[in-house]
Amino acid sequence: MVDVTPADAVPPAEVGEMELYHPHSWWTKYVFSQDAKVIAIQYSATATSIGLVALVLSWLMRLQLGFPGTFDFITPEAYYQFITMHGMIMVIYLLTALFLGGFGNYLIPLMVGARDMVFPYVNMLSYWIYLLAVLVLVSSFFAPGGPTGAGWTLYPPQAIMSGTPGGQDWGIILMLSSLILFIIGFTMGGLNYVVTVLQGRTRGMTLMRLPLTVWGIFTATVMALLAFPALFVACVMMLLDRALGTSFFMPAIVEMGEQLQHNGGSPILFQHLFWFFGHPEVYIVALPAFGIVSDLISTHARKNIFGYRMMVWAIIAIGALSFVVWAHHMYVSGMNPYFGFFFATTTLIIAVPTAIKVYNWVLTLWRGDIHLTIPMLFALAFIVTFVNGGLTGLFLGNVVVDVPLSDTMFVVAHFHMVMGVAPILVIFGAIYHWYPKVTGRLLDETLGRFHFWVTFIGAYLIFFPMHYLGLMGVPRRYAELTDMTIMTESAHHLNSFISIMAFIVGFAQIVFVFNLIWSIRHGREAGGNPWRATTLEWQTPQTPPAHGNFGKELPIVYRWAYDYSVPGAKEDFIPQNVPGAFAPSREPA
Amino acid sequence: MSVILVFLLVIAGFAGWWLSHQRLMAKPWLEQGMAGDFVGFDRSALPTAKIGLGVFLAVVGCLFSLFTSAYFMRMGLPDWQPLPLPRLLWLNTGVLVLSSVALQCAVIAARRGQTDMVRLGLATAGLTALAFLAGQLMAWRQLTEDGYLLASNPANSFFYLITAMHGLHILGGLIGLGRTSASAWNGARPQRLSLSVELCAMYWHFLLFVWLCIFAVLAGWAATFIDICRKLLT
Repeated sequence: MVDVTPADAVPPAEVGEMELYHPHSWWTKYVFSQDAKVIAIQYSATATSIGLVALVLSWLMRLQLGFPGTFDFITPEAYYQFITMHGMIMVIYLLTALFLGGFGNYLIPLMVGARDMVFPYVNMLSYWIYLLAVLVLVSSFFAPGGPTGAGWTLYPPQAIMSGTPGGQDWGIILMLSSLILFIIGFTMGGLNYVVTVLQGRTRGMTLMRLPLTVWGIFTATVMALLAFPALFVACVMMLLDRALGTSFFMPAIVEMGEQLQHNGGSPILFQHLFWFFGHPEVYIVALPAFGIVSDLISTHARKNIFGYRMMVWAIIAIGALSFVVWAHHMYVSGMNPYFGFFFATTTLIIAVPTAIKVYNWVLTLWRGDIHLTIPMLFALAFIVTFVNGGLTGLFLGNVVVDVPLSDTMFVVAHFHMVMGVAPILVIFGAIYHWYPKVTGRLLDETLGRFHFWVTFIGAYLIFFPMHYLGLMGVPRRYAELTDMTIMTESAHHLNSFISIMAFIVGFAQIVFVFNLIWSIRHGREAGGNPWRATTLEWQTPQTPPAHGNFGKELPIVYRWAYDYSVPGAKEDFIPQNVPGAFAPSREPA
Repeated sequence: MSVILVFLLVIAGFAGWWLSHQRLMAKPWLEQGMAGDFVGFDRSALPTAKIGLGVFLAVVGCLFSLFTSAYFMRMGLPDWQPLPLPRLLWLNTGVLVLSSVALQCAVIAARRGQTDMVRLGLATAGLTALAFLAGQLMAWRQLTEDGYLLASNPANSFFYLITAMHGLHILGGLIGLGRTSASAWNGARPQRLSLSVELCAMYWHFLLFVWLCIFAVLAGWAATFIDICRKLLT
């Protein structure tokens, strides 16, 4: 380890200034903007809009499950289309795009002390290709035959056969094209996020001084850059199968008594490619959430993060491990028992770094000066929810438990808890936390608390009962459950209850969207640093930050991001760009 | 999936080596009030564009490793019928090597500031790369004329798919090369020109390397090589 002596006086920074693009017209300033902050808002707005579509789709599914046979327009085909589009939109077009495209674009340059992303033009292209991908996806709702109903995993051979909605129509083609576009657009953005963290850091901002938010987004982006190509390969090959009649994934198959022209493809190959992307994707969504929640907890508990180094190492370890667990999604497809053993073991090992993070969050809270602000409420709710969802993950990671539960509602409850509700809670917390920096005004407090409590309690009332339904054996993916012996009357009541809760929680999200729009003009003025936080984005001369982020001179970083309640300091926080040494903060090595 | 795992292992090794030089053992909470004492830990001295291209090439490498992984998995099934590779591919390989060599000459010339030689190198590289693409199309035509159609069996589909992907990447590189050539003819600053020529060369060498790997895989030598390794191990 390098031994360094404290020094108060530091020579002025010699950080190379980048050449910023200066917009000349309204169009280049607000629409075709190369400013990462504008791109972040564009990403977030697009992701939220398409996310609302997916929310409505989940309502339609719950209508059918809660009150079967009441709504004529929800045919089994339509139900499958709702499932598919809901899953795909939420996982890729909402969560991935919002965490990396939205928060990544806004926070990385500000937090590392850069003027902008390193390749602003490519960054702009990234958004427009993402928007195109979303439009292609939306267009499939209006295409003949409607969107694809293959399930969000798009397993062949059924995905491109005539029995599946959209299989022999436009649905699947538009879905695959949209994914290919998304991946191209994401790669452009991802290059920016990674290289900005590597090369855009201001003077004194060493890697070990980065806020954990940046570590989370950085690692997740590296993973996404390496994992999305697998989805790309799978999509291109399936597109060729569907459009040009090749047989990458399509075996010799008889449909309606007719032998199809396909011959000799391997559906398992698709599953390997898909899950080679699909499992890292879980952590691509989770790691930014981990990072953001660490910063929220530290800031709102006025205490340094416990075990910063461990947090960083755990993020890296989770990122690396998540590439060797993919086949635990394929236990039901059958595999060599030794492989099953291997993948079950790696799956359970991931729980170790994850648990370290949970302990560190809890120990950060321990004897902290906890302010129950709305971001803090969401952060606390995240910890509870993530532990909950994670524990059922330990069940499902074991082959013998997974095989009987795999096709039941238990799995639905598990992954909604761990990668649906938990990251969304962090997104909400992060929006309440950073909205004042983006707009200069705070979100409305009363509406916010209403939103939090309804969302938090409501989400539990939706997904907790689903575990029981799953243990009873209620299958997932079925549009009609009425005539099954496992569907007792109480199970039906429970299903109706879940549906009603889903409507209430969905309604709370509309209140939230209203709050977002209303507070832009009517929210309470926030000032530059309402949470009295240490990281660089709160130290900008203007709020919202102007083009170029920092004034004439880039900030110089003198300390890590977690100097809260330092003994001997005047205030209970010391921003990263304040020089001078105080007594060392309390955390032992 | 072994090819992609090996590729990721290489990436992980590189990332680990880099991280080990980043003071991951530091205790940042004890290092207050210092900004100038971290020489060498702020950012790399390499040009940012080069690092950006490096990251992009890692993604491209990942893409082709995945195609190769899929190829090997499919190849393992009993009904695999490899297709005979046209002889023309040897000539194309030679042309692509020539293209890389020409760009390397351009790099050397750019460092010395010989603008004429840079222009010559860029033009040669561009023309040979176009010739390579034309050659690939002719190889496709030969195969289709001999009845090896895209959809007639999986080996054929893989051949067309992988060569097409590689060709598309060359095509994308030609756009970059075109922009570099434009700035070479319009008299860009020598330092800036030198950087863009180096970036082109880096991309070209990488795509040449990818092509050599693909060629070995499609011709079946890679499979023989893996077989030998497997026998040595067991």
